[in-house]
Amino acid sequence: MPENLFKLNAKEYILPGSRACQGCGLSLAYRYMLKALRENTIVTLPASCLCVLQGIYPSTPVMIPALNNSFASTAASASGIVAGLQALNRSDITVVGMAGDGGTFDMGIQALSGAAERETDFIYVCYDNEGYMNTGTQRSSATPLGAITTTTPVLTKQQHKKDFIKIVEAHDIPYLATVSPSYPIDLYEKFVRAKKIKGTRYIHMYIGCPPGWVYPPKDTVKMGRLAVETGLAVLFEIEDGKFRFTGRSKTMAQKGTRLPVINYVEKQGRFKKMNIEQLNQLQAWVDRKWDEYLRRAE
Amino acid sequence: MSKVQIMTGNQAAALGAMLSNVQVVAAYPITPQSQLAEIMSQYIEGGKLRAEYVRVESEHSALTVCISASTVGARVFTATSANGLLYMHEQLHWAAGARLPIVMCCVNRGVGAPWTIFNDQQDSLSQRDTGWIQIYCRNNQEIIDTVIQAYRIAEKVYVPVMVNFDGFVLSHTMMPVEIPDAGKVRTFLPPYRPHTILSPEDPRNINPVLFPWRRENTEGVLCDGYMEMRYKLQAALENAREQILETDAAFHESFGRKHGGMLWEYRTEDAEVILTGMGSIASEATAAADILREEGLKIGVVGIRVFRPFPKEDVRQAFKKAQVIVVFEKAISYGYEGGLCSDLKSAFYGTDIRAPIHGYVAGLGGRDVKARELAEAAKASMADMKAGQIEKNTTWLNCFTG
Repeated sequence: MPENLFKLNAKEYILPGSRACQGCGLSLAYRYMLKALRENTIVTLPASCLCVLQGIYPSTPVMIPALNNSFASTAASASGIVAGLQALNRSDITVVGMAGDGGTFDMGIQALSGAAERETDFIYVCYDNEGYMNTGTQRSSATPLGAITTTTPVLTKQQHKKDFIKIVEAHDIPYLATVSPSYPIDLYEKFVRAKKIKGTRYIHMYIGCPPGWVYPPKDTVKMGRLAVETGLAVLFEIEDGKFRFTGRSKTMAQKGTRLPVINYVEKQGRFKKMNIEQLNQLQAWVDRKWDEYLRRAE
Repeated sequence: MSKVQIMTGNQAAALGAMLSNVQVVAAYPITPQSQLAEIMSQYIEGGKLRAEYVRVESEHSALTVCISASTVGARVFTATSANGLLYMHEQLHWAAGARLPIVMCCVNRGVGAPWTIFNDQQDSLSQRDTGWIQIYCRNNQEIIDTVIQAYRIAEKVYVPVMVNFDGFVLSHTMMPVEIPDAGKVRTFLPPYRPHTILSPEDPRNINPVLFPWRRENTEGVLCDGYMEMRYKLQAALENAREQILETDAAFHESFGRKHGGMLWEYRTEDAEVILTGMGSIASEATAAADILREEGLKIGVVGIRVFRPFPKEDVRQAFKKAQVIVVFEKAISYGYEGGLCSDLKSAFYGTDIRAPIHGYVAGLGGRDVKARELAEAAKASMADMKAGQIEKNTTWLNCFTG
């Protein structure tokens, strides 16, 4: 794949010195995403880790215009930007609404569902770090089974992660994809593709979080790879209802290679209270989801 | 050419928004606002108004759409009532904090629980501290004119304006309305220029996190902290009075009608007793004043048109000669008294206005308030005061409190 690297836009849209944590998976993904979308883009975002990354007034490391809005507002805010630009005869700008899993799975679901149903012409990005990381690692509906959070400190999370992508897909949008910053070319190409499509496009980012998941900051890329290789994160795209695996997940589907989830779980402090029963449940959940995807890819 | 038509308050508000050439409309239906949202969609789908209509899935999103569209430079409009306004509460603060000249109609209705669809003003009164200018209309002519005025005010001072009118009492009642000439409105209302535009041509990070203290930018210039920005919002509201008066005067010059600026007065020249309130209850009080005048009593009415910024100087002037002040309100600050009553008392602090002030809560959840009942209440207060009862607990008019 090295030749693909030359396809990447060389321009940087995030200058050094962002306020993201050391080893933040979001800062990697955001960097590649903006390279793919380029200058003529507007981002709207809620209170979140991304809001912190965007910087403290009056400085920002990000060279793409951004609007900060309240927590539940991301997709409605994108709708307003799209409507405003349309009213001013500006249809050349890519509008992106970008929120974390809390601002998407939980608080932002209503606005996202509304915007998708209205076929709003924008890209919605959910960066999923599996919890309310910006406020100190509280449980969200994206937190996986067995994870310790600051609001599940003793018993760990007792439920599986919400299969949010299915909810989004039920809106019959033209493009839906999953990405991981551990696979930047795959991520980049999906944003380039999404940019060319009209209507509501949804991109789900699997984002590693060193303080929230409790692993060393240097291991973010490794953790992202393990998520994909164990099937906890699956790289695919659904264009006009057609499902296809991409990148590493495609190879795994073809070769039938998939690592057990223990390889991923054992490297993160958040799973240190996980019992064998939960581990088996998590493995069974991943197996079932993976089989669903395999059937869809046929 | 201006012409007169018979129309409801909702129709008047929609027509005002269309004449203001709004570019983005976002609305979610709620009684008694629904007709207003429907008329806007007829204008747009029928080609009478060139604008984007975002049929949002909630009031929170309605105001969010307006906030974002206003930030990219579009003139925006929305309307709501009651619990819809309460659901917007977070975004009301956001719109004012971001200094966006949004105009919204609040078709006043009581709030749940328990449910009522009928009129009072608890919805907008409970949004008093969100940083919005609040104007209360007394008839349908004032509604259409005030919507147009509101854009001019908002876009000069960069503060959102809530145009309030009573649900059903005005929203669903037909009255003759003189329609302002579209060409004249265009002159009266120049195109909207945002103070900060969200655009790829000038990339900025708008509404970011602020620290408590001031910080330098990359050029070494010390920039505002959170508190400086809050101070500027307060200063903008305080200075809005001048703009509201100027706008009403300019409107009078262009269209031949004025609505009093911050407040209006009725038969107050020699009035010893002044009745006051906001919106249609103040209008009803003028009929009460007429009844009492026939009985030989010197009664007048002051209608508070602008509740925020509070017209301190104006009420000091208007109530200067009052010997008795009677306040009728369709809302209450639970645990104390009506908000207008409190504000009037505080505005008179340190002045020579020492007239007793009696507060009445009336018409909650649509309970009828007739001019005769307001007149009786005024007479009761006058009797109390003559008997030396200067202070009196808030009276609940037409309410069984036994």
